[in-house]
Amino acid sequence: MKTSGNTPSSGLVYPSSSGEPFDSMEISEPNSLAVHTENVCRHYQMGEAVVRAVDGISIDIRAGEFVALLGASGSGKSSLLNLVAGLDRPTSGAVIVHENNLAALSREQLAKYRLHTVGMVFQSFNLIPSMTLLENVELPMRFAEVDRHERSSLARESLDRVGLSGRLAHRPTELSGGEQQRASLARALINRPKLLLADEPTGNLDSRTGTEIMELIRTFNQSLGMTVLMVTHEQALAEKYAGRMLHLADGNLIADVGNGDVANISSAPSPAPPGETQ
Amino acid sequence: MKLYDVTDLAFRNLRESVFRNSLTTIGISVGVASLVAMLSLGIGLQQLASRRLEKSGLFDTVIATSRRDLRNFREQREEGPPPAESPSLDEPARKRIEQIPGVVEAYPDIRFVTDVRIDGKPHLTMVASIPFSAKNNNDAFEGVQGSFFSSEAAPEVILQKSFAEELLGITPKQGTDNTNIAELAKSLLGRELTMRYAERTTAPSSSLAGQSDGAAYSVVSHQQVLKIVGLTDLDPDSMRGVARARVFLPLKLAQDLHVMPSSLRDTSASDSASYTSLSVRVANPNQVPVVEDAIKKMGFGAFSLVDATRSMRQFFAVLDGFLAIFGSLALAVASIGIVNTLVMAILERRREIGIMKAVGASDADVRGLFFAEAGAMGLVGGAVGVTLGWAIGRLINFGTNIYLERQHFPPAQIWSVPLWLVLGAIAFSIAVSLLSGLYPAARAARLDPVQALRYE
Repeated sequence: MKTSGNTPSSGLVYPSSSGEPFDSMEISEPNSLAVHTENVCRHYQMGEAVVRAVDGISIDIRAGEFVALLGASGSGKSSLLNLVAGLDRPTSGAVIVHENNLAALSREQLAKYRLHTVGMVFQSFNLIPSMTLLENVELPMRFAEVDRHERSSLARESLDRVGLSGRLAHRPTELSGGEQQRASLARALINRPKLLLADEPTGNLDSRTGTEIMELIRTFNQSLGMTVLMVTHEQALAEKYAGRMLHLADGNLIADVGNGDVANISSAPSPAPPGETQ
Repeated sequence: MKLYDVTDLAFRNLRESVFRNSLTTIGISVGVASLVAMLSLGIGLQQLASRRLEKSGLFDTVIATSRRDLRNFREQREEGPPPAESPSLDEPARKRIEQIPGVVEAYPDIRFVTDVRIDGKPHLTMVASIPFSAKNNNDAFEGVQGSFFSSEAAPEVILQKSFAEELLGITPKQGTDNTNIAELAKSLLGRELTMRYAERTTAPSSSLAGQSDGAAYSVVSHQQVLKIVGLTDLDPDSMRGVARARVFLPLKLAQDLHVMPSSLRDTSASDSASYTSLSVRVANPNQVPVVEDAIKKMGFGAFSLVDATRSMRQFFAVLDGFLAIFGSLALAVASIGIVNTLVMAILERRREIGIMKAVGASDADVRGLFFAEAGAMGLVGGAVGVTLGWAIGRLINFGTNIYLERQHFPPAQIWSVPLWLVLGAIAFSIAVSLLSGLYPAARAARLDPVQALRYE
């Protein structure tokens, strides 16, 4: 499953998954384009009606940025995240992540993209209940065909890094929400992705545990230079951790806020460069 | 995903729903068991029939005859020297035939009609010789009451059941065969009977002046006391057709007695006795045609019944086919169980499939996983089913033998589970399971990860 293709628009580009802990993970070149969407739409047919979950959003996210997607329920933030994650395909427009045009990838290539380029953290943790924490973290490496012994040591290291070295043999139901989310983070990062996608990572956690998780995510962002795209509806959380905030409403990007200043771009569809104040 | 990981995850998933998966696997086991039981009985019956026929001498025996015996019209069509110039079927010829590759033994077929007396009462019957090797090779002696001959030339006889009945004055009712051979044996075993016969001795040449070819012989009347050692229900002499013998002597004894044949024909006989026919036993029925040809090339007549086995094999092939179809019906029902179980598993594990896809599982990984689960159920179900089928076959065999014993028949092995059936049944079980897994696996692979992750 390891490929080193580097063809923009159709080929897959992802780092080798052979075994180094993510301390020494390769850092994307700063200021290179990590995510680029161009007038991307995701429409659903619901009977007679058409639901425009994402309706022509164009954004650019540079490598190493920490971006928060903010908006009310149904604003399209999770739909946009799913498109960037390669879990869903756009109805129209383009989603290009690290030179991979996701719309042009086959199902098989999309699976490889999810395996190697992105790591995902969910609000409901999404750990497999029948597996221990160690097995849950090892799971992506099974799909990446990493050697059994190597993946065991990598998974242990990864869990140790999120402070769960004493919980390796526990099943998710035996752990607190915070512990489950930390395990979920360890799993998301095990194949050393370039892009971490988090869908309401603190939504099911109390504020203290939520802060712990956010601190961990910030550490990965700052120390490893990993690009983070986080969906949240908590403005305060976004302001505290994200370097840039994208506000969505009714499937549209209504504001792109960076460095504390708000730029209303509802009248101007092309997004501002990160950190740039308009 | 590597094969190890697919297998590991498949067995882990099967263990998670152990009760439901066990029930499905039991369904497969019952299907495989019925298939194995049916086929093992079919194969067992075929082997039993083949064994009986082989041991009857029908298919591993070539009858060599002297072409001088003009009674056999078949000889006229055969190539070779004219009957008068053909070699004599004598002892040197017998030894030469025994040298032919594939021949186990060649022994003369000595039979004569004579007078047998018990308690002074005469009974006329056909007496035949039996080689000592028949002890192990002839099925008719497997269930013999009493014993086989104690030595190669022992003055002993084995009687056929119908002759035993005649000796005791029992007349079995028409259409029934319920005389108990064990009762007959009690009355006859160990008793002695007297056989009267005519011995042929070569006359001294001086007594026949002017005759130089030594063709003269004299006939001397003798009698021999013989001990009854065995009684057989079956007919060891079945291949001889019309002239069925009912009293059997050891071959060596029959040869030593120099009994005059029933008909006079070989008038050119020299000092060495010539035989009417020889039974040539071949190691393997497949070698029969080759041996038959070799005997013909030596100038003798030869025939066998090997072709008759072909129709028997055909019959059993059809029988096995029908049994396999009936056996497979249960497996077909079990395969629906597999589809049901796996479709249920997809519903239950919808979210899990979504998670796997989100962390990088491809369609092929998910498909492979469900396929492996179906295959694993097939493997376990097949192995358990073969064991179950084997046990059922044994049980049927056991029950049948109890019934046979009560009916005073010798026990029989009517059930056989050869290795190819074991491996074939397991492979078939896996194949059926994989086929059943096709639809669920494809359905699981096609699941939309976003929808699957929303599923609660």
